Amino acid sequence: MAKIIVVTSGKGGVGKTTSAAAIATGLALRGNKTVVIDFDVGLRNLDLVMGCERRVVYDLINVIQGEAGLNQALIRDKRTENLHILPASQTRDKAALTPEGVEKALETLSQEYDFIVCDSPAGIEHGAQLAMYFADEAIVVTNPEVSSVRDSDRILGLLASKTRRAERSEPPVQEHLLITRYDPNRVTSGDMLTLEDVREILAINLVGLIPESEAVLRASNQGVPVVHDMDSDAGKAYADTVSRLLGEEVPLRFYGYQKKGLLSRMFGGGRR
Amino acid sequence: MKLLEFLKRERKKSASVAKERLQIIVAHQRGERDQPDYMPMLENELLEVIRRYVQVDQDAINISLDRDNDCSVLELNVTLPRDE
Repeated sequence: MAKIIVVTSGKGGVGKTTSAAAIATGLALRGNKTVVIDFDVGLRNLDLVMGCERRVVYDLINVIQGEAGLNQALIRDKRTENLHILPASQTRDKAALTPEGVEKALETLSQEYDFIVCDSPAGIEHGAQLAMYFADEAIVVTNPEVSSVRDSDRILGLLASKTRRAERSEPPVQEHLLITRYDPNRVTSGDMLTLEDVREILAINLVGLIPESEAVLRASNQGVPVVHDMDSDAGKAYADTVSRLLGEEVPLRFYGYQKKGLLSRMFGGGRR
Repeated sequence: MKLLEFLKRERKKSASVAKERLQIIVAHQRGERDQPDYMPMLENELLEVIRRYVQVDQDAINISLDRDNDCSVLELNVTLPRDE
């Protein structure tokens, strides 16, 4: 039986797809059979971030409608063994995403994979609720910024009431906080919420801290999940996050003030 | 003296303002979380009825539902405007 993990946030643009891609890749690199599913029907982007946009033939909606088998729709990742991508439909109507269809697809995948990572769309509507409905664990991606934190709290409310686990009174969805785009220098100057502030307000367990990093844009430009870039702070931070998800104790990194050297001041180097 | 106070005064950091605002709004959101779905509608309709008789603002009305073990209490607080 696979563990189903939803990557969600409420607010858009906080790094859900980047995180889903990096975490799914990280899990596969650690030897777990992993599939990452894009639930953003109409606005698919996971295929771009994973670098497989030209290999999409069938998608999740085709599978749900019975127009293609799961094996036809699943895309094998080129770089990473044990990793598959199930893209969202770009053209179909969101209503085609039915709970029964999703349940059936997840059940079948569950037989074969260790982890199913669901990349949720932004918002709290149909698609987002369906992405979280069957989850065992949730990664709530949050930027240290007021609207993102507030939306994350709304999502926590939904996770506690609108999931299968909640409806069946099973043990609740395990919630993890992932803080992204963290800028230690702005935190030090008092213009960004600290990680303790965000953790205290949302009151859930912190699974990872991803610093603001140029490597993230570089990675999505190239269609290579940032966790492959182990020279970068963000790549290392995602690898740490994956280790924590697997139950290992890893100390936090990249939350301290970074002094800029003379050269990077002159030539404008930022966080790697 | 005034000048000294002005110089000593420390500008409040924006992050701590953000934290205070978030603590308030999140506490409010969590209070609403456990309420039944009909509460916002009930609130609006009660406000409508009251407005038929007295002109009150949206924030002049406060409704809360407290649940104890075997009974629930619906509390309605309306601040009426002073008679002109």
